Amino acid sequence: MTGWTSVDELVAQIPDGSRLALIRDGCGVAMTATRALLRRGVQGLELVNVPTGGMQTDLLIGAGCVAELETSGVSLGEYGAAGRFADAVQRGAITLKEATCPAIHAGLQATEKGAPFLPLRGILGSDILRFRSDWRVIDNPLTDGAADPIVAIPAIAPDVALFHCPMADDAGNVWVGRERDLVTMAHAAQTTLVTVERRYAGNLYDDATLAAGTLSSFYVTAIAEAAEGCKPLGLPNHYDEDEGHLRAYAEASRSDATFAAYLDQHVMRTEVA
Amino acid sequence: MTAFKKEELLIAAMARLLRGTRHIAVGVSSPIPASAALLTRRLSGGSTRVSILGDPSNTFWSDGGKELFDCAAQGRVDAFFFSGAQIDGSANINLVGIGDYPQSKVRFGGSYGSAFLYYMIPRIILFRPDHNARVLVPKVDFISAAGTSPPEVWRRGGPHALVTGKGVFSFDRAVGRFTLESVHPGSTMEEIKDATGFSFDVAPDLKETEPPDAETLDLIRGAVGGEIAATYPKFARETLGVAT
Repeated sequence: MTGWTSVDELVAQIPDGSRLALIRDGCGVAMTATRALLRRGVQGLELVNVPTGGMQTDLLIGAGCVAELETSGVSLGEYGAAGRFADAVQRGAITLKEATCPAIHAGLQATEKGAPFLPLRGILGSDILRFRSDWRVIDNPLTDGAADPIVAIPAIAPDVALFHCPMADDAGNVWVGRERDLVTMAHAAQTTLVTVERRYAGNLYDDATLAAGTLSSFYVTAIAEAAEGCKPLGLPNHYDEDEGHLRAYAEASRSDATFAAYLDQHVMRTEVA
Repeated sequence: MTAFKKEELLIAAMARLLRGTRHIAVGVSSPIPASAALLTRRLSGGSTRVSILGDPSNTFWSDGGKELFDCAAQGRVDAFFFSGAQIDGSANINLVGIGDYPQSKVRFGGSYGSAFLYYMIPRIILFRPDHNARVLVPKVDFISAAGTSPPEVWRRGGPHALVTGKGVFSFDRAVGRFTLESVHPGSTMEEIKDATGFSFDVAPDLKETEPPDAETLDLIRGAVGGEIAATYPKFARETLGVAT
């Protein structure tokens, strides 16, 4: 734990070319930090969606910051298709590692356990498997003779995990609440960067109720305060998503020109979302 | 007979396919399947559990996004719904794109959990309100999740039925084919054959899809509508006539 810092200094710890793990919408997407990362002009990211992506992933792709994406799906939910994602895939502008949700969870859990892979049932017969040369079908080694094909999902080892939470204490412990995927991400990543709504006065481990939802500072590299740090996306029990903004973004993401105008107005010029 | 909307017919038809389930899970952007699940819970006297992704009052998960998949893997989810940009006659679904992968002519979001859940959940109901030959194709362009598997492959779950805006099909996993079981009021079998890009069997006792009775309609527009309004206020208001 290097401690509390500013949002700009936080994202300075994401080198170009990093394998960056990002959480799905509604679970603490660090949008303020993402805008700071875009202003820095980050290049060549290898994104890992845990396990899906939305506006954050679409923005990073549209701005040309992404070389590779591992995902189970990218969409703007009820606002429609993620236009820059679809366009980049169709043009072959990014390398896409098509996945399915439980495989991404399993890949991160394999890294958590220090194992080279975790086996998963299902998936067989899918074209996802056909296009994933790094996923292997093995015979269940524990059966006696009878064929039992099973898919080996290789460990996913992010360089950096980036997410947003309601609060963290002075010691650097982070309260994730019920968003347990954030814990898995932090366990699997070399560097974990967190933005929070506010500082918690005291130590989260001193309150048994809060301790159960706490990620130890042991796994956390740096924290920055960013009030409303998920906006225009929402943070459960804190604020709703900004529907008007997301509708406008969905429109903007349909073409390069309208996306460029959005990026200029809402990301590059000002921090106000 | 009381007048009803197409959506109400579909909700009632899907609830019949969900009878006897202990736990139904519903994905995002699925107001009609979620309504069918909530109607099933009402008709079960509350014994059926319903989990609706994106509705905190109807999800018990506290172990992250992986808990749904772990639940399904252990056989703790009995029913789920899939859609598909394309669905073929072998019940393969495509959620990825139209044309040659990866540089598809049209690109959709992705396969999400389908490739896994199709193997784990016994009653997967395929749902596509628009029934036409662009959607119901001879062979999908990309298999997000395979409808059938060879005998040596472990598999608990799979396609149970296909519900469209025109009719209800069952699926025989041993044969790998759909059978038209009922035709919705206002549609005909000939119309369905013309609008379906794959061949299918027809049930010897082909029926008209049973319309929702007055009591079911009251439930859909009342108790179910009130519950669904929390997640889908627009749908509850505009389709089910709920005051929100």
